[in-house]
Amino acid sequence: MKALRKLIDNNIRPHFEEGGKLKRFWVVFDSLDTFAFVPGHTTHSGAHIRDGIDMKRTMMMVIIALIPCLLFGTWNIGHQYLLGMGAVSSGDPLMSMFWEKFGWGATRILPLLVVSYGVGLGIEFLFAGLRKHSINEGFLVSGMLIPLIVPADISLWMVGLATAFAVVIGKEVFGGTGMNIVNVALTARAFLFFAYPTKISGNVWLMANEGDTFADGYTGATAMGELANTIGQPVGGNGTASIRAMFSDSGAYSLWNQFVGLEPGSIGETSALACLIGAAILLFVGIASWRVMASFFVGGFVMAFIFNSFPANDFMAIPPIHQLMMGGFFFGMVFMATDPVTAAQTNTGKFIYGFFAGFFSIMIRVFNPAYPEGVMMAILFMNVMAPMIDHYVIQANIKKRLKRAAVAA
Amino acid sequence: MSQSFKIRKGVDIRLQGEAGKNINPTPSISEFAVKPPDFHGLTPKMLVKIGERVKAGSSLFIDKYNAKIKFASPVSGEVTDIVRGAKRRILEVRIKADSTQEYESFSSINPQTATREEVIEALLNAGMWPFVRQRPFSIVANPEDQPKSIHVSCFDSAPLATDIEFALKDEMDNFAVGIEALKKLANGKNVNLGVRAGSSAFNTIQGVNIAAFSGPHPAGNVGVQIHKIDPINKGESVWYVDAQDVANIGRMFSTGKVMLRKTIALAGSEMSNTGYCQITMGAHVASLVGSLPEGTRLISGDVLTGTQIEANGYLGWYENMLTAIPEGTEPQFMLTKGWLGPGLDKFSVSRAFPTWLMPKSKKWNLNTNQNGEERAFVVTGQYEKVFPFDIYPVHLLKAIIVNDIDAMEKLGIYEVAPEDFALCEYACTSKIPVQSIVRKGLDVIKEECA
Repeated sequence: MKALRKLIDNNIRPHFEEGGKLKRFWVVFDSLDTFAFVPGHTTHSGAHIRDGIDMKRTMMMVIIALIPCLLFGTWNIGHQYLLGMGAVSSGDPLMSMFWEKFGWGATRILPLLVVSYGVGLGIEFLFAGLRKHSINEGFLVSGMLIPLIVPADISLWMVGLATAFAVVIGKEVFGGTGMNIVNVALTARAFLFFAYPTKISGNVWLMANEGDTFADGYTGATAMGELANTIGQPVGGNGTASIRAMFSDSGAYSLWNQFVGLEPGSIGETSALACLIGAAILLFVGIASWRVMASFFVGGFVMAFIFNSFPANDFMAIPPIHQLMMGGFFFGMVFMATDPVTAAQTNTGKFIYGFFAGFFSIMIRVFNPAYPEGVMMAILFMNVMAPMIDHYVIQANIKKRLKRAAVAA
Repeated sequence: MSQSFKIRKGVDIRLQGEAGKNINPTPSISEFAVKPPDFHGLTPKMLVKIGERVKAGSSLFIDKYNAKIKFASPVSGEVTDIVRGAKRRILEVRIKADSTQEYESFSSINPQTATREEVIEALLNAGMWPFVRQRPFSIVANPEDQPKSIHVSCFDSAPLATDIEFALKDEMDNFAVGIEALKKLANGKNVNLGVRAGSSAFNTIQGVNIAAFSGPHPAGNVGVQIHKIDPINKGESVWYVDAQDVANIGRMFSTGKVMLRKTIALAGSEMSNTGYCQITMGAHVASLVGSLPEGTRLISGDVLTGTQIEANGYLGWYENMLTAIPEGTEPQFMLTKGWLGPGLDKFSVSRAFPTWLMPKSKKWNLNTNQNGEERAFVVTGQYEKVFPFDIYPVHLLKAIIVNDIDAMEKLGIYEVAPEDFALCEYACTSKIPVQSIVRKGLDVIKEECA
């Protein structure tokens, strides 16, 4: 490694430094250089020793935690496709045609990753160059999140456009990583949702080739796409019996299938199991806040429990745990709500923020059939509310201090 | 009266090169210096010239804006140099010590029977008032003020820190006299001794509030102790004195002489002769530390709050240890030593390295590498884990960064000093220079209050 270091310092670096031919690409060089080697910068003020952790390590831990979702999602794209084509049936062992499924999924997910990272990092480099600061690591995670929260059949150009929108409007206009108000990845998804609603409304989320025809009985709709049809009809009515059957233990959206993730949906969100593995990793390394995750779960459960207790339609009547297994609830809980920049920053605030994000996720999901899933909206809404929550938490601290001063005086 | 507090937030960073409980033979040191930058915010006005002879206890300089506050020479000898830096700021006043010491004679008064004014007068005259510091701002106290309490931290919890009980074991008589003087300064208010829970070394001291603290660093920081015992409100001031300086004050009252002694720890993985040393304050450190390997950082003070000095520099006024750790100038390849590596040699407050699973007793060899580059605030909840104040550290820092004086006051800036944030700075993922930000905030507030 010494030799490589020497090569970089003696033969490559001078071209990018002041006076070199490639001076304008200094940001690119610098980011790649610091990517490969933690620079030998020593402390010059304050504490002489520093913790081993840095932003790169932190972001890397999140990416590692996302890998179970990524791998499962890749497999599931293929699984759903082959299911839809009738090549496998839901009764077959899951491992049958494993490589066909995984390979099919990979042909889908790799271009999405390339587009997301390519567009996002491209813009990051541009802004870093213009503003003359070094590349921030934040997008390493956002770039992975964006492909995981879109349906498999989305067009690549849409993802590119949404990523560009999210990075510029969601983040860079506020000053870059650490300054943004709302979650970058969710901003991208919200953009897609409002700009191309037909593509992301949950009706047919199946990656297929043109001209493919679905096997009989396979609709390719998400669980919530189906449930939206029950709204306005009485609980347990005859018209919704077929939908209820899908959510029975032997149906397509059984609790088990939804826990494992064997259903159509956004690529990374379907498997509660994969999300929970990610959660375990994040909590083990202490990167994500357990306060947000726990309160998010409780908030969602409380809302689902209330709905379940006083149902007006079959959507509300779904048992609480089953309700939570659906859609992106766990993915949102583990990877979206816990984003430290956009979540509440005080420990007390995190409980409040997480609770309401979970609570509203289920509320929006069930009450607003125009949005087939409420998690994105709820988290974005609470992102906006987070500074206010913190404000009141801090006001309480300030009041305590003022009171103490008044007593002393 | 006694209290006890349990500090839960914080971390003990266990470093290699702890000072054993042995007193190294003291080499003969002939060079000493008093460094005005050790007294934050001071504008010194020189009273001596190069070549002038001084006695131990003679005033070297005074505070330009408060002429009563004098600064004593620790030794008798000749002023050899006045080192100036940028804008002719005085950095060091160097003195070559005589082989036999002469002392400025002050009348030895009994602080128990003297009045408060006499005690203050005696300390001012002897140039020993600078031992008395105040919060807010962590600066030399104003002798006209009436503090609402006085605090002495009787243990140091910083990494590799001096064992103050060991350092004071032959000085308890002087310490007791010094406490009598502080009681006079307190003028009926409490004098608080913050001791390590379970210690009985200070039980003989009468008429003080003994507060026992348990838990990790920064339990020994006087700021933490003040916050727990008697938090500072706007407009109030609290005084504090280092434990060894209490003994110095006591010695002056007993003998009438300014004999500024200290027992300091020599520690750190690069220090070859770790142990304790009895020295006179302001000592030249070269003969104390011996030879240091190439690429070593020598710190006057501890690794979290000390000041970097040269191997031929001088010990700082308020410091009671010298630490030597390796410099970390070597770039670290990402897969082996860097951010993607296993990180088995990285101590971290976070759990992102497997080292948190290792036994707590393991000692670490940490260097001065920053382990990353500065970034915006991203990770939250990190400072709170090591900051045992009822204060929101990040929000206070942000208020300072945007220069919002009103917010700084409300968020509790009067209660903190840079050293209280040292662990936040250590733990920061974004490598933000927290201590200097806090100091900047305090300077702004002080300016406003003036």
